[in-house]
Amino acid sequence: MDFSDTKEEASFRAEVKEWISKEAPSYLFDSLSASGFGSTRTGEYDPLKEAKKWQKKKADAGWACIQWPKEFGGRGAGPMDGVIWSQEEGIYSKLSGTFIIGQGMCAPTMMAYASPEQNQRYIPKIASGEEVWCQLFSEPASGSDLAGLKTRAEKDGDEWVINGQKIWTSGAHISDYGILITRTDSEVPKHRGLTMFFLDMKSAGVDIRPIKQANGDSGFNEVYFDNVRIPDAQRLGEVGGGWQVSLTTLMNERLAIGGSIATGFPEIRALVDELSIGGGRAIDNPAVRSKLADWYAKSAGLKNTSARALTALSKGEVPGPENSIGKLVAGGMMQDIAKFGLDLQGLGGAIVDPTIADGAARLQAMLLRSPAVRIEGGTDQILRNIIAERVLGLPEELRVDKGVAFNKIPSSKS
Amino acid sequence: MNFDFSQDEKMIRDQVSKFLDQHSDTKVMRSVVDGNTHYSADVWKGLVDMGLTGTAIPEAYGGVGVGYPALCLIAEQLGAHLTPTPFSSSVYLATEAILACGTEAQKEAWLPKLANGEIIGTIAVVETVEEVTETSIQTSVTGNTLTGRKLIVPDGGIADFAIVIARSSGATESNGLSLCIADLQHDSVTRTPIETVDPSKNSTTIDFKQTPIEILGDEVDGWSAVNRIYDRAAILLAFEQIGGAQSALDMAVEYAKERFAFGRPIGSFQGLKHMMADMYVALKLAESNCYYAAWALATESEELPLAAATARVSATQAFQLCSRDNIQVHGGMGFTWEFDCHLYYRRSNYLTLQLGGLATWEDKLVNNLPNAA
Repeated sequence: MDFSDTKEEASFRAEVKEWISKEAPSYLFDSLSASGFGSTRTGEYDPLKEAKKWQKKKADAGWACIQWPKEFGGRGAGPMDGVIWSQEEGIYSKLSGTFIIGQGMCAPTMMAYASPEQNQRYIPKIASGEEVWCQLFSEPASGSDLAGLKTRAEKDGDEWVINGQKIWTSGAHISDYGILITRTDSEVPKHRGLTMFFLDMKSAGVDIRPIKQANGDSGFNEVYFDNVRIPDAQRLGEVGGGWQVSLTTLMNERLAIGGSIATGFPEIRALVDELSIGGGRAIDNPAVRSKLADWYAKSAGLKNTSARALTALSKGEVPGPENSIGKLVAGGMMQDIAKFGLDLQGLGGAIVDPTIADGAARLQAMLLRSPAVRIEGGTDQILRNIIAERVLGLPEELRVDKGVAFNKIPSSKS
Repeated sequence: MNFDFSQDEKMIRDQVSKFLDQHSDTKVMRSVVDGNTHYSADVWKGLVDMGLTGTAIPEAYGGVGVGYPALCLIAEQLGAHLTPTPFSSSVYLATEAILACGTEAQKEAWLPKLANGEIIGTIAVVETVEEVTETSIQTSVTGNTLTGRKLIVPDGGIADFAIVIARSSGATESNGLSLCIADLQHDSVTRTPIETVDPSKNSTTIDFKQTPIEILGDEVDGWSAVNRIYDRAAILLAFEQIGGAQSALDMAVEYAKERFAFGRPIGSFQGLKHMMADMYVALKLAESNCYYAAWALATESEELPLAAATARVSATQAFQLCSRDNIQVHGGMGFTWEFDCHLYYRRSNYLTLQLGGLATWEDKLVNNLPNAA
């Protein structure tokens, strides 16, 4: 058991450190540091342009997607080097948010199912950030029950014709391409009638509309498909094999670990250090101390759980579904922390103006954004089902749609 | 970075686990809880024969010196089997006290006998039903004799000697506390069993009346020494706690697969499924924090006090949750004397309090947090 860098790790870290200290956009440091949860502030500069600029610079120097093979724009590095890179990139990694879906989910799916020529064409540009990708999975009537999706794909010669609607698509409005899961057969049970494609988001018939979220921001979109045509060559996997393909995508979502999951602990720590309540420092209050200890223990537990998963990865083992605990713990914790932090400030805690509110209103932003963390990418309840069934081996939920043809399954009134 | 135990350490764990599976199932603890015996002398002898009492004692003092990570994994197994032996008192506390504070002569005199199981030790701290503080200790030491009462000493009825924290008579400063080594077999010592939530911990009230003692170490500040010893023992007890939590969770999961209600296994109901998922989450967090603390212990890291408090807080939460909700999953059967659920519940609540309660460790954790960035 050893937490220090090996000799190779230390020299890799030194190399990374040196490159970042020379090349990173230090003029953005202050704005990025003041970014609230789920937002990237770049001050007077355009966030998308800055993100693309930094990503391209990394790619040109061989520092983008370092764990990918060299022919795809990476450097074939191991998982531990990946962590070292992200630790050293630090605050500048906030700029990479735009590319997470493309690099973390779309690219691995393409690598597994697209042709070598297609991968040669698309993957390096995902690495360099020149092309942004999105993932078109959720629908208004199928979120947790993803396999219940209704967007239709019908074969017409060498093409497929797509009609339907997707929702909660992050970054669709800035995306060049997307991977899309559709229903190609309604006569068979739901998991067996799905097919996956990738498409050009500028295709005729694609209509992208931002969703105004409950917190007032618009990070997600609705995407409508009106007779959109996709060449059969852009099908990923077999016709009817889309569910298997989507599992590759979703598994990579869970593998996107690195110990950097936000929990809200640094924000509440900073608040109670400075705030005074009842004439004393908040951190000296026993009720505050008890909560702070609990939250620290949880965030340390997540960090240490990631370190274990990384050790397993670096030994060539596959981290299991136990890594589902990260978001489950962090989401609820963030919501609790935000609520508690505001509560300590009384009515003044309600102020969301970052120039007045304590800590540039990061806790207020967290309060309003955190409900989504408990839903996106698997609700708390779905994650608990996964843990119970796949980790603990408890019996499956009774499913009334099991083995029933999709078009015979009862659905919500629309 | 390599955040895993070594093959050798895992092999020791597997041997211990195999031995305990054969010789220390819950019937052994039950026999103590039922009042038939004070502890399992057979299991204790087996642990001694395997050399486990000398795991972290250097070879120079008669131990095997394989180090703390191995001891952590042994603790996890003892916790998982609810083993009723004085291992924690003798190995994590008395042995560690002598290793940390003893003079060279004391180490040479005591450690070989602790390593080979010839003698059993414990630590005596608590005097009242309030959480101990630096100023609350009344037991006093005058010259080479000790007088006073320790209200609750784990394994106090089994141990041959105790490390006792006492106030030097005439000490005016608040820190006039020393650690003494007291022979518990001496005529001047009266030992009275005291009932607690976990009868398998052999809790005992000990009265000392001018009992001859030797002072441990050379001008040791007793209070800070106890805190240092407790920090280290907290990591080992935290491993016992996650061992117990895992067993309680396993028991719940097995029952939920086999018990049917409304025509289906109760484990298929989300109400119970989600409860067990939460037990698992608490356990995983605690386990990872324990691993980190094992590393801190093995490397004498300066982060040890924070790592210990973090492991202790999350392991306490995990074992309390798992043992509590194991009863809930079992429904009415979980509240019978016959089912083992209460054994985990009892043990978890005793371990929570040994070395000071949850609030005490939460407080230590916050005290040791690094300054905000």
